[in-house]
Amino acid sequence: MSDYSTSELEGIARKLRYDVIKMISQAGSGHPGGSLSAADIVTALYFKIMRHDPKRPGWPERDRFVLSKGHAAPILYAALAQCGYFPSEWLSTLRKAGTCLQGHTDSTLTPGVDVSAGSLGQGLSVGIGMALAAKIDKKDYQTYVLLGDGECQEGQIWEAAMFAPNYKLDNLTAIVDYNGIQLDGFTKDVMNLEPFLEKWRAFKWEVIEIDGHDMKQVIGSLETVKNIKDKPTVLIAHTIKGKGVSFMENNVDFHGKAPNKSETDIALKELS
Amino acid sequence: MTNYADLSSREAYGKVLVELGQNNNDIIVLDADLSRSTMTKFFAQAFPERFIQCGLAEQNMISIAAGLASCGKIPFASTFAVFASNRCFDQVRMCVAQPKTNVKIVATHGGITVGGDGSSHQAIEDIALYCSLPNFTVIVPSDSIETVEVIKTAITTKGPFYIRLGRPKTPVIYNKGCSFKLGKADILKDGRVATIIATGIMVAKALEAAEKLSQSSINCRVLNMSTLKPIDDQAIIEAARITGAIITAEEHLLHGGLGSMVAQVLANNMPVPMLSLGINDTYCKSGNPEELLAIHGLTSDNIERAVKDVLTRKIVK
Ligand SMILES: Cc1ncc(C[n+]2csc(CCOP(=O)(O)OP(=O)(O)O)c2C)c(N)n1
Repeated sequence: MSDYSTSELEGIARKLRYDVIKMISQAGSGHPGGSLSAADIVTALYFKIMRHDPKRPGWPERDRFVLSKGHAAPILYAALAQCGYFPSEWLSTLRKAGTCLQGHTDSTLTPGVDVSAGSLGQGLSVGIGMALAAKIDKKDYQTYVLLGDGECQEGQIWEAAMFAPNYKLDNLTAIVDYNGIQLDGFTKDVMNLEPFLEKWRAFKWEVIEIDGHDMKQVIGSLETVKNIKDKPTVLIAHTIKGKGVSFMENNVDFHGKAPNKSETDIALKELS
Repeated sequence: MTNYADLSSREAYGKVLVELGQNNNDIIVLDADLSRSTMTKFFAQAFPERFIQCGLAEQNMISIAAGLASCGKIPFASTFAVFASNRCFDQVRMCVAQPKTNVKIVATHGGITVGGDGSSHQAIEDIALYCSLPNFTVIVPSDSIETVEVIKTAITTKGPFYIRLGRPKTPVIYNKGCSFKLGKADILKDGRVATIIATGIMVAKALEAAEKLSQSSINCRVLNMSTLKPIDDQAIIEAARITGAIITAEEHLLHGGLGSMVAQVLANNMPVPMLSLGINDTYCKSGNPEELLAIHGLTSDNIERAVKDVLTRKIVK
């Protein structure tokens, strides 16, 4: 929808990562790793790809975004604030009593958040419902669902994966933030998903593999998806958990832990 | 020797599993990508061959546990309380409750005191759900020391157990030891003016309130109702008979929790004025644990006031 250049988009992604660290640090708890790995994807969607209007969060024609991995709420909040859905001052209230920015997304409290999440594995099905509604209403909006790789171990993901091609939902795109780490450790050790692409292909999805931190690739693949007919697409985005902060990168410990004061200083320096 | 008093209940759970696992090869521990939080990681480190990492798949985990139990194992399945109850309820019903399999479900991060994570992670319906299941034993220990006794009891008692633990470290009640008796309320303080029946983290708050009340000569009985199913009817009826007024306190929805169960026992046996403290038909939000307890009327001050309130309705013979 916008004409930001790739380098401008990269700049926005860096700013959103900065906000994520600041928010989680101020909150004293939260999930930095999976917020940072998703930063480029979320930036591409909100600042280039999606049709949406921050002044009309309920606009019926808007593209839909489902953050199925609801613990990455900080990256979504940072993007929504940057777009102007709510004042950026709200960001410092994350997770505090009385806030509109809950620890996990809450559709009843935050402008621009369509789906409450936090219990993993359900967002793809919700996205299917939105895509079905578009078909029924003959609307042309797109639905994007962001999944974690660990999240893909949930059985419901595969119920949804079977459903979407059966209903030819070419207006639905799943994006897997394949950062290779979940809560207890590396995904390949906890419960290996591989061969992952083949699984989606066997379920009859169009599968596109990308580097989830290469803005050009992210944008390019999301543009391509719009022309794929009669089946849903899944983007397998290879990412790095904690991307952008040296000591968080590929570090299981920063799945769900806030940085302390000195870690925050270093992280913010690296991101500015 | 581990000093359990220094630990949170979930740490005590993780440590005692290792202690007991040493002499009991039938103990198998399952987790669904939360072993670093539920503290089953200690068992995973000590006995990797008896630790089953299920990944993010709670429903699968419960049914696997049932299969293990049917072959003579004593499976402990752990995850957060919200997922242990809501996510796999049908698997629990079909594979554990109805066939009475010897599965021990130990759920951590119960209640609203998980804090910042917000409503998606706050289990407030779990007690109602599990108490609704025939054949289940449901326990909410009040501190880390009682937790250890409860885990020991779960191993020696056949049948389905749901044990709810919290996230934060909470005050120790049983400094001088704990002789947990399954299905029996523990009288922590005696008094004849009213009875406060509490469970889980609210037991410490009840004791605090009772202490303050006794300074104005309002001497309350305090019952730790750690076993919620089967609930100790006799202790409730006796408390009603002797003290004539009941207050309940729980970190759970009022619907279907301790308050509802106590009310049912009283209504059927010995109706006396009663007041229940709990979460009133709402989802809760992010915040720090003590703030959240205050927002939902679950502080010792709230209990103190509730006692005074209910006393205005007490029928003095
Ligand atoms: C149903 C469910 N079970 C467990 C959890 C606890 N949990 C939160 S995040 C997480 C790991 C998620 O890993 P992944 O999907 O790979 O997310 P990412 O690495 O992108 O943060 C777990 C187990 C949850 N939120 N929901």
